[in-house]
Amino acid sequence: MLVKERVRSLNRRRFESEEVEPAHPLRWRQRVLTVRVLSGHDWLVASGLVAQHDTVTCKSKFEVDLRPILEVRELCVAYGARGGGVWRALSGVSFGVGAGEILAVLGESGSGKTTLAGSLLRLLPRNARITGGEILLDGADVVRMSGVDLRRVRGSGISIVFQEPSLALHPTIRVGEQIGEVLRAHGTWSRRERVEGTRKMLAKVFSGDVERIYSSYPHELSGGQQQRVLIAQAIACEPALVVADEPTASLDTTTQREILTLFKRLRDELGIAFIFITHNPALLAGFADRVLVLYAGKVAEVGPTHEVLRSPQHPYTQALLKCVPPVDSDGAAGRKSLLPVIGGVPPSLAAPSQGCVFEPRCQDRMETCQVCEPAAAVLGGGHEVACLKFPA
Amino acid sequence: MRLPSDMDPDTELEMEPLIRVESLVKRYAARGFGRRAPGFTAVDSVSFSILPGSTLALVGESGSGKSNVALCLACLQRATAGQIWFEGRDLAALPEKELRAVRPKLQLVFQDPANSLNPRWTVGEIVAEPLLVQGRISRREQKLRAAQVLEQVGMRAEYLERRPQELSGGQRQRVAIARALILKPKLVILDEVLSALDCSIQAQIANLLVELQRARGLAYLFITHDLRMAAHLADEIAVMSGGKIVEQGTAETILRGSQRPETQNLLRASRVSQGSVATAERLR
Repeated sequence: MLVKERVRSLNRRRFESEEVEPAHPLRWRQRVLTVRVLSGHDWLVASGLVAQHDTVTCKSKFEVDLRPILEVRELCVAYGARGGGVWRALSGVSFGVGAGEILAVLGESGSGKTTLAGSLLRLLPRNARITGGEILLDGADVVRMSGVDLRRVRGSGISIVFQEPSLALHPTIRVGEQIGEVLRAHGTWSRRERVEGTRKMLAKVFSGDVERIYSSYPHELSGGQQQRVLIAQAIACEPALVVADEPTASLDTTTQREILTLFKRLRDELGIAFIFITHNPALLAGFADRVLVLYAGKVAEVGPTHEVLRSPQHPYTQALLKCVPPVDSDGAAGRKSLLPVIGGVPPSLAAPSQGCVFEPRCQDRMETCQVCEPAAAVLGGGHEVACLKFPA
Repeated sequence: MRLPSDMDPDTELEMEPLIRVESLVKRYAARGFGRRAPGFTAVDSVSFSILPGSTLALVGESGSGKSNVALCLACLQRATAGQIWFEGRDLAALPEKELRAVRPKLQLVFQDPANSLNPRWTVGEIVAEPLLVQGRISRREQKLRAAQVLEQVGMRAEYLERRPQELSGGQRQRVAIARALILKPKLVILDEVLSALDCSIQAQIANLLVELQRARGLAYLFITHDLRMAAHLADEIAVMSGGKIVEQGTAETILRGSQRPETQNLLRASRVSQGSVATAERLR
């Protein structure tokens, strides 16, 4: 009972939503649920909210399944370079995503964010290979999945929103039909039902004028509208998880904010979890639940957003967050001052590294950093840092 | 050279603006044949002035007409109406032949260095091209000047022989800035130069811009949709919406005392997306 109350307070926003009749037998619409806390949600266990293997029963709109819907274990991805070299884009990345959670992946160019997004759906370029690890989506390993299973899972279990909306949409097919295509690939609906379903999806992401959008071609829509169409396409089959690869990079600030608000609303209304990939730490406050900081294909730091942004522990995260100019600087004094920057360049991923990947650029480097590779140290509250300053 | 911010207000008032734009209009004719359509007004009677060595930030959403102002100022497109006063002459009315003499003093840097640099040219050729366009110059002189200007943007001379695709995004943007600086301009128009870059690189380029302004007394027209960067880099901010400047003032007045809904919108966008959680929490 006590545990139930704790979980309830944790997910208060999702619990307070009004109850709906279970129209579809989808997991999150069951009314009475039993939740078993398994090992995947270490951050909940570590923060003392629940104990491991607790069973929680709660009556709600959404299932509070504390098992991660996605669990990535020691994922390694390498690209074969021309001339026989190997480029290690990801080496040993592990993390989990809970149901209805927004996990932000923060990293700069070359840190492996897009490779990560691609490997979750196994949509990698030809010269890339998953060299190790597991990607468990609802318990099934995406890495070892057959082509048929993979096709079933893409779109209905996990889907993706690409970076450049103008390139991801077909230029000569009306956007309504492009969304309907997803439904056709995954169900046995009649044409009329598909049109109806598409309209419903469009209504979820647009605040009106669905008819006009439905019969538009991509070039008739603005960048923000195109991105909304892609989101509608991604959620058409109500997947449990949507990977968004820099969905706001090509949009201006005001539209960016609208898209973020849309993501949060879809999470609250449909219980969809999001992996939000970005290079801009300024987007995360008040949006993501947790942040995972990626540097040179390795996880530098992971933790609740407010923890990571307020008190970053990894030297890389600290340096990265200092690069953003404060909006409320003390008037003219802070203006035109030099911003702190990270010296040096990111390491080459071609050579196998020894020690910490951030060591050459690190302000707090120690002697051991050159030889020992840091393991993730748990700081409590789900905050983990891969830095030798913290004993594992 | 002293910067305007160091001077007392009286001298600042007397200072002659470097460039003065008066009721600038850019209108595009409607497409189609024989149709009587009103056309589209991208820039609608915009007026502002920039003092030597200072920065004016032009902030607005996409489609607000910012880039059209930039193109008119750089003399890359003709304004439909209005005047652009620069060194006692009206650029908007100047014949094409005379514009060639003015263009070196007004240089433009574009948003995406991956698209604005020719992939088949070396960095040396790219940076020295404006010299060739402006007049005959020996190869040795070209190389020397290119190396000098590269050094000013923080790149060693060994990069002269590289090609853009061998460079990182930040280095490419440095090359684009070097190309703009080689003719020793007085005003550099920076059209969204930071938005395509990673945030740690943004900080590096922002620092470079500040240092160049201090060292060479450059004036900037900084075009962006990021009010936070605008507030950091600019002396004055003009907010554009629907082709008009809806609000204009010092960075402080815009950030603290703005009443316009357009500004509030941009401000909220950069506030909610604030890196420091403390501010986000205070606003909640």
